[in-house]
Amino acid sequence: MGYQLSGQALTSAFKKWSAEYDIYAPMVFEGTGRFSETDVIRYGKVTDPAQIVWDERSEYSFKDVLTPVCQVLFYFTENEVKEADFPPKGAIIFLRSCDLHAVKRLDFMFLENGPEDYYYKTLRDRVKFVLMGCEHPFEDCFCVSMGTNVSTDYDAAVNAKDGEYFLDCPDATLAAALQEFAERTCDVVPDHVEEDDVEVTIPDNLTNAIAKTSIWDEYDKRCIKCGRCTLACPTCTCWSMQDIFYTENGKAGERRRVQTSCMFDDYTTVAGGGCFRQKAGERMRFKVLHKVMDFNTRAGFQMCVGCGRCDAICPEYISLTNCINTKLPQGMKEVLENGQ
Amino acid sequence: MAMMDMNCGKLKKNAFRVTKKRGIASARVRVPGGLLNAKVLGQVKDIAERFGNGEVHLTIRQGFEIFGIPYEKVQEVNEALQPIIDELNINQSKKGIGYESSGTRNIMACVGNHVCPFGNYNTTALAKRIEKAIFPNDLHVKVALTGCPNDCCKVRMHDFGIMGMTEPQFDPSRCVSCGACVKKCKQLSVEALHMEKFRPVRNVEKCIGCGVCVHACPNRAWTRSKTQYFRLTLLGRSGKKNPRMGVDFIKWCDADSIVKIVSNVYDYAKKYIDPDAPGGKEHIGYIVDRTGVDTFLEYIMRDVHLPEKAEVYKPLYWNGIRYWGLK
Repeated sequence: MGYQLSGQALTSAFKKWSAEYDIYAPMVFEGTGRFSETDVIRYGKVTDPAQIVWDERSEYSFKDVLTPVCQVLFYFTENEVKEADFPPKGAIIFLRSCDLHAVKRLDFMFLENGPEDYYYKTLRDRVKFVLMGCEHPFEDCFCVSMGTNVSTDYDAAVNAKDGEYFLDCPDATLAAALQEFAERTCDVVPDHVEEDDVEVTIPDNLTNAIAKTSIWDEYDKRCIKCGRCTLACPTCTCWSMQDIFYTENGKAGERRRVQTSCMFDDYTTVAGGGCFRQKAGERMRFKVLHKVMDFNTRAGFQMCVGCGRCDAICPEYISLTNCINTKLPQGMKEVLENGQ
Repeated sequence: MAMMDMNCGKLKKNAFRVTKKRGIASARVRVPGGLLNAKVLGQVKDIAERFGNGEVHLTIRQGFEIFGIPYEKVQEVNEALQPIIDELNINQSKKGIGYESSGTRNIMACVGNHVCPFGNYNTTALAKRIEKAIFPNDLHVKVALTGCPNDCCKVRMHDFGIMGMTEPQFDPSRCVSCGACVKKCKQLSVEALHMEKFRPVRNVEKCIGCGVCVHACPNRAWTRSKTQYFRLTLLGRSGKKNPRMGVDFIKWCDADSIVKIVSNVYDYAKKYIDPDAPGGKEHIGYIVDRTGVDTFLEYIMRDVHLPEKAEVYKPLYWNGIRYWGLK
């Protein structure tokens, strides 16, 4: 059963929810864009559904809530350690179908890929997901190709139409507040996209041999290794550890983990100064193959969810979709021709 | 041929050039801030073909000079210019009289944040605002605006040079320690950033507010300040006497103060201009060379209320090219 709520009614429900949860959703951060007098859409705390951006994709993903850009793990001094506090409240995250599929990737990385990640798990256990229906795809979206266009495992789902909100809510906790403020009940099926403007086909015959082909060379010059693609990606999870010493005697400080990018220059730098992937093309190769091949080998499903954020954010207009559709087949052709 | 009597002084003030060729003028069209609707191009073309010889020169100061206008067509050209003047929103006391002044030069602007990724403000909008405040005016004043300290508009060659600045805002919770800001500040700007404990630290005194760090930051840790700031430079000049670059006058200035300061220069120039100046025109800088800087500053800073953040440089020294034998 679903509910219809006005903006005001949903605000009241938000207020109820916020007793136990912070509500995160894509919102406008005015004037904080890369260029002057431009905005950024990214995740922030909302108190009113009108603050949520419904008609555009966020530039950065929801992952900033689950895997914070900068997360202090513990504080230390001499023989004592204090674990950093987790947020006092749980989180309700509004996100789209592709992103909800990305959560599955994060779960795999942090919970099923070796020992559980305590910090992720602690945050994750207190999260509820509200699926935002997609009436139409955005530019660069290719969720249909990646099979992430439909989601059913949500706690709640919402379609926003002309300031009215239609919610399906299998989760009893969230449903209580909706029931209280709903104007009426009705059947709600979250909107989803059946066809994207962009279609992506990952070659069936993809093998590791493609790593040695010439298709990556072009990126040596084009890619500036800024890392925006991975920072915006909802499935990238790499971080660096940082120990900060507050005092000059080095006896008090914090250990934190900070998001990083396999596109950065110092990534893969090892003790002694060696660096495995030096050229931008090599970094691009690692990233792309991780997204559409290596992860799949390990997890049994592709890492990339087709949200299109990496294409949209690249300042050099490097397109992952173009790489998959054009470069990978070209690379495999090269592999076959060389008889490797 | 009819007897020709033309008041050349008036013709020049009316923004026509007295050319090498006897009886032939050229009509000058100013485009404040350098931005126009493409239809103006058609109107310029039309005037050039109807009244001129079909040639148009793109002027140094973002205007058009329509060549080959016979003196007897000047009035007709003025009337034909009216739609352009209306479109560009040029101050005018009466319709149909063309551009009313030529002493104060067109206010130039780089493309600014209208299109440029580095521009820190809308240069054309501020150029038009200054235009509204000071035109028409015949005293020789040059103003130019540029979006960032790259100074593509060469504003340091003007009496008043205006450079866009932003005060970078740092959000440590978004920083991924990639160092792009530090690297770019070093490569492209003034090395005002360095890494300390995995985070960039900004040397506030060194920072020129160019915004390169904001542009480089991949994760919106660096963003621009809500307030837009400006660097105001003074008294750059070309010319035959001691050409020189404008020097820094105010850092972290605001737009209101800039408009007021530029407007104030006219009282000063009226009072101290050489009464024998050829054509009633004299570089502001030459006047300042006579009166001294303090008198000049006293005039231009009248009723100016600078924001707290503003830093005023003092004393001001100009250098520049000195031709041999000139003191």
